[in-house]
Amino acid sequence: MNRKLLSGDEAVARGAWEAGCQVAAAYPGTPSTEILETLARYPDVYCEWSVNEKVALEVALGAALCGARALAAMKHVGLNVAADPLFSAAYIGTRGGLVIVSADDPGLHSSQNEQDNRFYALAAKIPVLCPSDSQEAKDLTRLAFDISEEFDIPVLIRLTTRIAHGSSLVELGERQSKPVTGYEKLIAKTVLLPAFAKVRHFDLEQRIGRLKAYAETTPWNRIEPGDSELGIICDGVAYHYAREVFPNASYLKLGMVFPFPTELVRRFAATVSRLVVIEDGDQFIELQVRALGLQVTGKDRLPRVGELSPAVIRQALTKTNQRPEPEPDLPSRPPALCPGCPHTGIFYALQKQNVIIGGDIGCYTLGTLPPHNAMDTCIDMGASITFAHGADKALGTADPRPRIAVIGDSTFFHSGITGLVNVAYNQSNVIVIITDNRTTGMTGHQPHPGTGQTLMGKRTVELLPEQLACACGIKNVVTVDPYRVSETRKIVKELLSRPGPAVIVSRRPCALLVREKARPKVIDAEKCTGCKTCLRLGCPALRMEGNRAQVIDTLCVGCGMCADLCPREAIS
Amino acid sequence: MNILVCGVGGQGVLLFSDLLANLALSAGLDVKKSEVHGMSQRGGSVTTHIRYGPKIYSPLIEEGTADLVVAFEKLEAVRFVHFLAESGRLVFDPYRIEPLPVQLGLVEPIDDQRLDELIESRTPNPVAVLAFETARRLGNPRVQNVVMLGAVSKFLEFPTESYKAVIRTLVKAEFLEINLAAFAAGQSLLNRL
Repeated sequence: MNRKLLSGDEAVARGAWEAGCQVAAAYPGTPSTEILETLARYPDVYCEWSVNEKVALEVALGAALCGARALAAMKHVGLNVAADPLFSAAYIGTRGGLVIVSADDPGLHSSQNEQDNRFYALAAKIPVLCPSDSQEAKDLTRLAFDISEEFDIPVLIRLTTRIAHGSSLVELGERQSKPVTGYEKLIAKTVLLPAFAKVRHFDLEQRIGRLKAYAETTPWNRIEPGDSELGIICDGVAYHYAREVFPNASYLKLGMVFPFPTELVRRFAATVSRLVVIEDGDQFIELQVRALGLQVTGKDRLPRVGELSPAVIRQALTKTNQRPEPEPDLPSRPPALCPGCPHTGIFYALQKQNVIIGGDIGCYTLGTLPPHNAMDTCIDMGASITFAHGADKALGTADPRPRIAVIGDSTFFHSGITGLVNVAYNQSNVIVIITDNRTTGMTGHQPHPGTGQTLMGKRTVELLPEQLACACGIKNVVTVDPYRVSETRKIVKELLSRPGPAVIVSRRPCALLVREKARPKVIDAEKCTGCKTCLRLGCPALRMEGNRAQVIDTLCVGCGMCADLCPREAIS
Repeated sequence: MNILVCGVGGQGVLLFSDLLANLALSAGLDVKKSEVHGMSQRGGSVTTHIRYGPKIYSPLIEEGTADLVVAFEKLEAVRFVHFLAESGRLVFDPYRIEPLPVQLGLVEPIDDQRLDELIESRTPNPVAVLAFETARRLGNPRVQNVVMLGAVSKFLEFPTESYKAVIRTLVKAEFLEINLAAFAAGQSLLNRL
């Protein structure tokens, strides 16, 4: 037997490969990134990092309409970006199987919200499958392609962080042969003119009706009889948590939660005295159970915020919780910008400048924390520029503080360009800083349109943010090296004093990409006066030892930003 | 078996956990491992949960039920020691990495003696392993995790050969030799106790 320990992400990739998937597209986002990274290592699947999730889903739909099995993967908030094609894809349907994977992040381990994307299935009228471990992630991905083709509909797979980044054993299978069947012109299906679209809506209602019957009988929605005192309905990893806490209860384990198997639920409810719904995220199952008029315990007892765990369930639903508490009042250990991180230099340049800074999504969001305190907002991908534009239009000359946007290179390509066009077109006094570290940093160094490399390792065109900024209509575009901290601060200050719009490209590769580390810096204790100027960089490799600054040589990468700043020239 | 591993981003907690999980797999057991990637890794606290046995449901360990808490840093040891079962064992590296807010003077530090008291108040027989120092002596501080694995092997039931096999599978060839040396050094650290 060929068994391997795979993460949920790796298992989805394996499932897609075994299902004969031909085309896959994604934009990196925790906890979904490893799906495409893994799939790209399998043979005979075209994989790409698309520019954003909307593009990825449209690419996958395009491939599926030509008869390829296609997959688009993204983190939960990515599906907001891709929501437009999602709803149209439900009307149009597909030809080759079309599978969309959403990796939700209850507990906000690495996200700006806890949204529950099962509701997208309800809203767009497409089926959603919820695996509970890696084996199911693989099996349900394979099944999703079959369902998609049989019912002519895109299928959503909802992972959560504990599935995506949890590993468990998976039995490996062989790849199915699924040749691309080709494109057939069917405009009444694929051109959503209102007259055609209305017909497609009728058709969608029929398709979802047939899927409802499927949900009632699929073995993936199954009753596991136990003690009739307590009946638990659950999906995803919550099933395994519940099994720890209530090993003897009766279970209705749902692998497909939309369309909702109402008759199965009624049958199950009739066999138990007390009904409980345990689900990660919002009340998706619970609301549908309540709509049947059934008495049920759910998020009235279980927390609505944060992720579930066996301990959380035990505490909420039993009276036996006597778990040890963590030690209070320990110094917390928030994530920090790495030693040598080029974002450090640009944030230093922005310190104490009395400005309003729209932030964006990436490592540089950590610039919010002390000592930089350099972010006023973090909203969604690309919103730094548009926030600053809106702020400028509202405040006008009444508030003299310059409006700044800080956005990473990958995020700029993802959805900063449209905002920048808007700044130029509608003329606002905004300074956009593109922190170009030549990679998608936070998610683990994926290439993007500025890197000249594709996911599959091919050389390609290399877009320059400066040229794009000019093409967007920005006349004032400058490039700085954030390692030259003093100079960067001078240039930023100078630009702040002039009317915008302007773009500053702050270019330096991510410190983690630099293989050859420079010699760690040394501080001359004779020259150091303990003024702490260098500490304002917030570099993890610098600390005070007594009343002198000191370099931690195991962490220092020798970037020299501190040396550039030191007023006593004590660092070399 | 419930093993909680904790440390600071960059210390090699994830590779350590991969090695351990694959070890259990090679012994024919059911295994689940849970970890978190992304933002938390940038110098923040990192934890992984590893559970193995005949049949495992939850990938997460409940507080108060871990057989082992393995900590790569002393403050993190204190942060997660409450996961230990009463009969559980804390294996920790007394090595300290100050959190950045402490380093910058924004938050009061917590001294070594206080951490010792907190550990003693929670568990009767903690085991300190100088893994970082040993790794540094071997010439590469990055093998701290495999030194730790060598030490932890004293509390697990797998044969030494299985550890070596799984290290060979998961570690890049160019670093194999130093990792095998690190594992042996970790084992002998506990022999001397």
